[in-house]
Amino acid sequence: MTSDSVDIINAFALLTNFVLLPALSYGSQLALGALAVTLVYSVLRFSNFAQGDSMAFGTMIVILLTSFMISRGWTISGIPTALLVIPIAIVFTSMYLLTMDRLIYRHYRKIKAKSITIVMSSIGVMFVTGGIVRFVLGATAQKFEDGERFIFSVREFKAYTGLEQGIAFKTSQFLTITIAFLLVAFVFYFLQKTKTGKAMRAYSDNKELALLSGIDPDKMVQITWLLVAALTTIAGALYGLDKGFAPQQYHLLLLPIFASVIVGGIGSPIGAIAGAFLVAFSEILLTYAYKKFLIYLLPLSMHPSSLVQLIGTEYKYAISFVILVIVLLIKPTGLFKGKVIVDE
Amino acid sequence: MNNLNNIWQSYRAIITFSLMGFVLLFVGFNQSWALVIGIINMSLISAIMALGVNIQWGYAGLFNVGIMGFAALGGVSVVLISQQPVTEAIDVGGIKMLFALALGAATIAAGVLLNRRGVNKWLISLIVVIGYLFTRFYFSEASKLIEKVDPAITGYLGGFGLPIMLSWIVGGLAAAGAAWWIGKITLSLRSDYLAIATLGISEIIIYVIKNEDWFVRGLKNVYGLQRPVPYEVDMQKSEWLQNIVAWIHRSELQLLSQSEQISKLSDYVREASVVFVKLSYSGLFLLILIAFIMLSNLALNSPWGRKVRAIRDNEVAASAMGKNITRQHLQIFVIGSAIVGVAGALLVTYDGIFIPTAYQPLRFTFLIWVMVIVGGSGNNLGSVLGAFIMWFIWIQSGPIGLWAVEMLGNYVQEGNTSLEFIEDRVHYLRLIFMGSIMLLIMRFSPGGILPEKNKEL
Repeated sequence: MTSDSVDIINAFALLTNFVLLPALSYGSQLALGALAVTLVYSVLRFSNFAQGDSMAFGTMIVILLTSFMISRGWTISGIPTALLVIPIAIVFTSMYLLTMDRLIYRHYRKIKAKSITIVMSSIGVMFVTGGIVRFVLGATAQKFEDGERFIFSVREFKAYTGLEQGIAFKTSQFLTITIAFLLVAFVFYFLQKTKTGKAMRAYSDNKELALLSGIDPDKMVQITWLLVAALTTIAGALYGLDKGFAPQQYHLLLLPIFASVIVGGIGSPIGAIAGAFLVAFSEILLTYAYKKFLIYLLPLSMHPSSLVQLIGTEYKYAISFVILVIVLLIKPTGLFKGKVIVDE
Repeated sequence: MNNLNNIWQSYRAIITFSLMGFVLLFVGFNQSWALVIGIINMSLISAIMALGVNIQWGYAGLFNVGIMGFAALGGVSVVLISQQPVTEAIDVGGIKMLFALALGAATIAAGVLLNRRGVNKWLISLIVVIGYLFTRFYFSEASKLIEKVDPAITGYLGGFGLPIMLSWIVGGLAAAGAAWWIGKITLSLRSDYLAIATLGISEIIIYVIKNEDWFVRGLKNVYGLQRPVPYEVDMQKSEWLQNIVAWIHRSELQLLSQSEQISKLSDYVREASVVFVKLSYSGLFLLILIAFIMLSNLALNSPWGRKVRAIRDNEVAASAMGKNITRQHLQIFVIGSAIVGVAGALLVTYDGIFIPTAYQPLRFTFLIWVMVIVGGSGNNLGSVLGAFIMWFIWIQSGPIGLWAVEMLGNYVQEGNTSLEFIEDRVHYLRLIFMGSIMLLIMRFSPGGILPEKNKEL
């Protein structure tokens, strides 16, 4: 430690490495999942409990295709093979989701069932999907990332800037943030500008009116599932590239995803994204141990002896739950006044 | 044909229950009686749990996805009430822990009170954060001290050393408290919020139980819980049981020599003691189940019950009549969860051991839901039947799966990797299987096996 000013820079380099970058990429992954939940909610009018396990399903396809490609040697050096197979995986996932819709959800739409009944059937789908994933891949954690691991590593960063504290920028983080940004931009463009997107919004605002204007409801439902499949597969694959794949972890992602959706206002796409970043940043800021950060900033006499961690990492899912409870208590409509569809 | 159908319609309950009885008798004659009584006991506990869920779903349409959490609260109360206190740990860290918990409670209370007074939000947040930091500091100190006390055997505060039956009531109260809190927050909102919130709270309850070693030993489990019924070893020494066993097997024993008689008799007595202990549990559980069913039927036929059904069948009309729907739903949610809590306590009592990792959503939340739906949602007797059927299928699906794999193995060459693969993963098929049963019943027979009779008022 040379002088005070350098220490501040180091302190923030530390935060960038351990808080900012991880939270940005985790937030992007959650945002894609939350967007999928919000889309299903506004068009099909139920909270999809199968979202986490559908993400696991999409990731499972990605993993299977990746290992197939690697076994054939069909890889491009430097790029994770998973990235190449995502489009094919999306096709498979949308086939799966459309089949589930055809077999299960369509019936309840037809008989105009209460939304809670559809939620219940989505829990059935959640268990079936989770079972398929665990049967095919097992329940243990696995990694499927290959190619270049870093855009720049800690060592390169240190050599370049001369700072004591390095920053590593992982390929998976870079990919997550870029792809999520592009995908979200695409979804918004689609919903706001294209004819189909406008029809979808009209359908979600008022079903009867949309039917009168000649919008085909089946087509709306199908397009929703296609979008959901794309979001789900990409979110799952990116999360897996970043943190590894484990079915139970994906299943539990349901909590932060629901928290994001409700915080942002259920049914509001922009809210889902804002909520996702809020949840991701709270989770990481609250579970990060600030010891080293404070050592950079404080004089020697005030150095902390404990980890200075607000909440143990084991309780990270409790954070999204607490956020959820606070929002429900203070502002149940969420930050971005979601369209609260009343129970029919 | 039409006649048969009529008989089936009017005696559904009797026919299905007798069929279930025959299946159990069949297992008893072919496998073992101890196994059958074990299945019956677990079915009875599951039936109580399903009854609680049925009250919530069938009477009020409340979707509780956190059954696991409420059952776990019941299990925790068994440990906290019945285990002997660990005096050394209490001396070392008890006061500190109490202080930390009181500080945490005071912080929350201060936050809520100041918020009601309309004090500046930032000031409140500051107070809460500072309060939290102090709480956390004392809390981690205390838990470290407690966990250090003989971690291999205790490492926790222990319980109150009270009779274990008391814990059944406490378990119900603990679950009721949690349900009240969750219900208060979410029941006035959309119906899926309750589902999401219960899912969240149940996962968090399990996380706390697994991670807080000072509380109920976390992943180290709690062994050797008290028993409300006698031990097998004591039973084997009791003369009347020996006499009964000797009398039952008298014809067989007469043919043997003296020494053979003694060894054979002790074998039989050992088996009989296991059966006897399990039967005593069955008696206890059956009493509780019948009490709950009678109470809930009484309640449902009272003015209160008519109000409940009126609200369920038409919320808008009931609310126009001046009925407070949210309050009614809260009541039912709390009552149902309390019953689940009692069942959770019974389960741990029966196991005699508290294992946090046993709490799996599939086994607790989902299986119970399938029981309710299969049996017939809204019908208490249906839940009981559903519990017996689904528990039987659940317990037999493991062996059947393995048997199927073995049969498959006869047709496949030795050392085939795909067979090993399936053997490894066969238990995950349970997820698919149970999920499919639930989806199929919901789709094709939403009323279940015993549909609710009393649909209209």
